[in-house]
Amino acid sequence: MTEQVNLVDESAEELHDVRVNVNGTWREIRVPARRLLSDALRHDMRLTGTHVGCEHGVCGACTVILDGRPVRSCLTLAVSVHGHEITTVEGLTGPNGELHPAQQAFADCHGLQCGFCTPGFVTTIAAYLEENPDPSEEDATEAISGNLCRCTGYQNIKKAVLRAAELKRGGAEGQGEARQ
Amino acid sequence: MKPSPLRYFRPTSLPDALDVLARLGDEGKVLAGGQSLIPLLSMRLAAPPALVDINSVPGLDEITVDAGTLRFGALVRHTDLERSDAAFAAQPLLRRALLNVAHLTIRNRGTTVGSVVHSDPSAELPAVLTLLGGSVVAQSRAGGRQTERKIPASEFFIGPLESALRPEELAVAVEVPVAAPGEGTALVELARRHGDYAMCGVVARAVVEGEQLKSLHATYISAGDMGSVVDLGAEVGAVGADQVDLDALGAFARKVVETDGDIHATAEYRSHLVQVLTARAVRAAVDDAVNDVRKEAS
Repeated sequence: MTEQVNLVDESAEELHDVRVNVNGTWREIRVPARRLLSDALRHDMRLTGTHVGCEHGVCGACTVILDGRPVRSCLTLAVSVHGHEITTVEGLTGPNGELHPAQQAFADCHGLQCGFCTPGFVTTIAAYLEENPDPSEEDATEAISGNLCRCTGYQNIKKAVLRAAELKRGGAEGQGEARQ
Repeated sequence: MKPSPLRYFRPTSLPDALDVLARLGDEGKVLAGGQSLIPLLSMRLAAPPALVDINSVPGLDEITVDAGTLRFGALVRHTDLERSDAAFAAQPLLRRALLNVAHLTIRNRGTTVGSVVHSDPSAELPAVLTLLGGSVVAQSRAGGRQTERKIPASEFFIGPLESALRPEELAVAVEVPVAAPGEGTALVELARRHGDYAMCGVVARAVVEGEQLKSLHATYISAGDMGSVVDLGAEVGAVGADQVDLDALGAFARKVVETDGDIHATAEYRSHLVQVLTARAVRAAVDDAVNDVRKEAS
């Protein structure tokens, strides 16, 4: 890895060693206690797929999957995930670059315009489909209700939730496995 | 939008956690789910010198029902309590309330005990705990001796973001009474988006015996005084469960529940909501109680 740039002067602060499994790989970082998980991912681990919007839990852009459940990385301290497992949007893609059903569905349904909010939607939907593989339209609305998008008007994102479920159920193509 | 520098402690046992809190006194703040605390830190509305992260303390994530009491520990996430069938069977109001607490992603991390301790007048849990007459179990350790006290909801909520919990105390659990036979409850609130803080909310509890209404109480979210219960039953008098005058109760609630205006709603609009939502919540709670009586009878 290349030498990392120190973005703030932390020389006076106590630092903590944090060992965390990110996208299947154990990573070790040394951070001050006040480092938000969102910043640790972006600055300390250089995983810039996780986006930071409002930084107080309202917009959902920074959503990551912590031990199987979607959480706001801006409302989590990096020190408090020591020993835990995180999946970011980068970790959803398969080993050969194949898109996760939630990612493919956004492409299929034109579910994004500027794309800033998309990582948060994709992680939220990916985790949601693990628990609810066959959501109704109403379920889809509820599933994404904690994420803000300022471009699309949400209709295509709702379609993407249903399309992602279809892709996930029906294999890579999702053809011939029409909803019952 | 970054927290100010702070010291961090991650105790791995309850005695250790209590010792750290005792040592830090006013300087320590407990971190559980952090879904209210971390925004406060990031906006620097709060800047405690030290955080005591209790997420590694074993035994605080249990939900138990025993001797008429439902108890949930300080690390029970909203999602876990909401999905617990045992908790729903014991006291259905909790699931009904929790489904209105923020969004799923927040509920996955936030704890129900933390929401109680945060003591926010616009949150659901303080109003629910007050209405049910629950209590907060607080432990502390001084000079190596562990002590516990139970603080009833009526004494716990002192005001906005202020509770009776002392700096050296840890709220290890919250207890609520199991629903009585013929008890019906409801939570009705109005928010700009589902999951946002309510502009106004009403939590109602009715007890029906046979066909008669025995008691009827309500607490308010984003309106009224924290920790106080409005006795709607005294206003209604002894009537049949199907004879409750909802319009009169709504008007009464509007008179006795004080409201303030803010950026989300004017005081007058909130008062209007108190009136309308009281009628809706009472209707739902009484119906729920009548259903419970029928279920018992069949």
